[in-house]
Amino acid sequence: MYQKDGEKYFIVDSHMHYWNAAPDNWVEGAEQYAKGWIDCFHAYQGLGPPETHWTIEHFQKYSEDDLMKDVFEDGHVDVAVFQPTYLKEWYKEGFNTTERNALMGEKHPGKFIYNTRFDPRDGDPGLETLRRNVERFGSKGVKLYTAEWNNGSRGYKLSDPGAYRFLEAAQELGIKNIHVHKGPTIWPLDKDAFDVSDIDHCATDFPDLNFIVEHVGLPRIEDFCFMATQEPNVYAGLSVVIGGLMYARPKFFAKVMGELLFWVGEDKMTFGSDYGIWEPKWQVEGFVDWDYPSDEFSDYPRLGTAGKKKILGLNAARLYDIEVPAEFQLPADAGTPAAQDDAVLVED
Amino acid sequence: MSHARAGSPALADGRGAPGGGGPRSGGPGVTPRTSTGPGVGPRAGTAPRASALLSALETVRDPELDEPITSLGFVASAAVSAGGDAEVRLRLPTYFCAPNFAFLMVADAYDAVSALPGVRKTQVLLEDHFASDAINGGVAAQSGFVQSFDGEAVSELHDLRADFLRKAVMAGTDQVCRPLLAGGADPARLLELTLGDVPPSRPLRRLRERRGELGLPAGDDAPLVIDPVTGERVSEQGAALHLRRAQVTRISIEANGGICRGMLRHRYDSVGLGEEEEQ
Repeated sequence: MYQKDGEKYFIVDSHMHYWNAAPDNWVEGAEQYAKGWIDCFHAYQGLGPPETHWTIEHFQKYSEDDLMKDVFEDGHVDVAVFQPTYLKEWYKEGFNTTERNALMGEKHPGKFIYNTRFDPRDGDPGLETLRRNVERFGSKGVKLYTAEWNNGSRGYKLSDPGAYRFLEAAQELGIKNIHVHKGPTIWPLDKDAFDVSDIDHCATDFPDLNFIVEHVGLPRIEDFCFMATQEPNVYAGLSVVIGGLMYARPKFFAKVMGELLFWVGEDKMTFGSDYGIWEPKWQVEGFVDWDYPSDEFSDYPRLGTAGKKKILGLNAARLYDIEVPAEFQLPADAGTPAAQDDAVLVED
Repeated sequence: MSHARAGSPALADGRGAPGGGGPRSGGPGVTPRTSTGPGVGPRAGTAPRASALLSALETVRDPELDEPITSLGFVASAAVSAGGDAEVRLRLPTYFCAPNFAFLMVADAYDAVSALPGVRKTQVLLEDHFASDAINGGVAAQSGFVQSFDGEAVSELHDLRADFLRKAVMAGTDQVCRPLLAGGADPARLLELTLGDVPPSRPLRRLRERRGELGLPAGDDAPLVIDPVTGERVSEQGAALHLRRAQVTRISIEANGGICRGMLRHRYDSVGLGEEEEQ
């Protein structure tokens, strides 16, 4: 919960992690990838305020106590959604698995939601694992990292027939939310790994699933925005947008926010700190205080208190059926969080 | 001699792009690289100066960010010996930057440097990247992207490059049109303008160059606002949406560039050759 100027904000951190990327978890022979990956994440942290930077050793492996303090005690978060990232080709026990998240989360009832994952290249055994994970952890969402390496393959498309099989199975199991993260390597390598058109197909073919495109498709914001206007069940995950731009590039942040508010709308944007890349505290506080820096942005939609409340928590609460106490709810005339029909269709 | 991977004129997409098929993109104003290569370029005379080397590298762009690799800070070092042996070291913001774009930058740098008069041998080395070996080896052997990433790619990178040139055309359209709109022009009026109607500016020159590289009309009489795929004038009812897309494309590229710069700074505390702050 965050309170400012008499307004109370219910905070759902819809995209965060609890990883172990220390050398003790590096796969033999793949050390350079394991190191390269966490170094790359660490460089992202460099885009946040200097006083929030961690040493690489701390960044590689933070403790349960660190997480509880950074996210809940200091970070204002009410409920956090664990997004797993397996990367077992590089990390022996995985980078940040559903099991690791749940082992920790079970000690703190009510604080966490455990998303799981699947990889269509895992075939039938993968389907079975998905079924078991949903049963065991009560997952309502999955995090898909399409550029993950798997047995020599450098990624997949969500529109592949194998992926559809998993999406169908996930839906039958009660999964509602598909978080997708595009990454830099995807097979075949001559294609644009960040292309979001496969999500466009899925969103049309699975209208009852919600597709939350993490990092708003960065670095393909334009393709994401255009797709999101046409697909009512596509949402913009703001992880990296706030963390990577709000402090380091405030002018670009204002422009990107303006574009997202125009194309996607405040009902369909969800806050995610991407912890441990960035701590939520400065992101939540900065976002509540945020406004366009000058008149240069007067053509963009405004973002008021109600919109910030939706983005920081109410939209994600709706996607995950999280109960929100009355004191945090919006007044009746402030719209419905996560409403699918709010995308601004641009017509002439 | 031109590279197997690189010699294709396949940037024009063939749809409504008459006269397309110019030299591959390596940057505007680059001497055509058709007659030089290792061991083939002129050997008489002296090795090029460091400034010539830098100028050559300034013509190489990050295809995704549409900006010279020099100003982005991607050139860690560049030197040429008295005998004409050039060595260029490139660096990127992360270990996992997309291998296809990385390959294009290394290959383009190789072409630009080896085309310089007086360069006898060229070596371009990408440092600290997960695919450094495949890329450096592939470019040195002139074996093309498909061969360099054996089994992982099915075609060369011309289509990818063309896709990103089209994004650059969209972004450039916003750069040229924004001041006109700010000056009170309505979108419908912009459709009537030709490139020759717009006062000369750096963004206009750049837009023309990108359109030229794609084989799209770029002369004085060509319409200002065109579809970057078909090359046709945008219709009146499509104008507002087209300009909105141009704007978000520009913002996306610029924001992406901002993140890349920030991460490069975190990764390396040295300034690259020819590095410039973003504008």
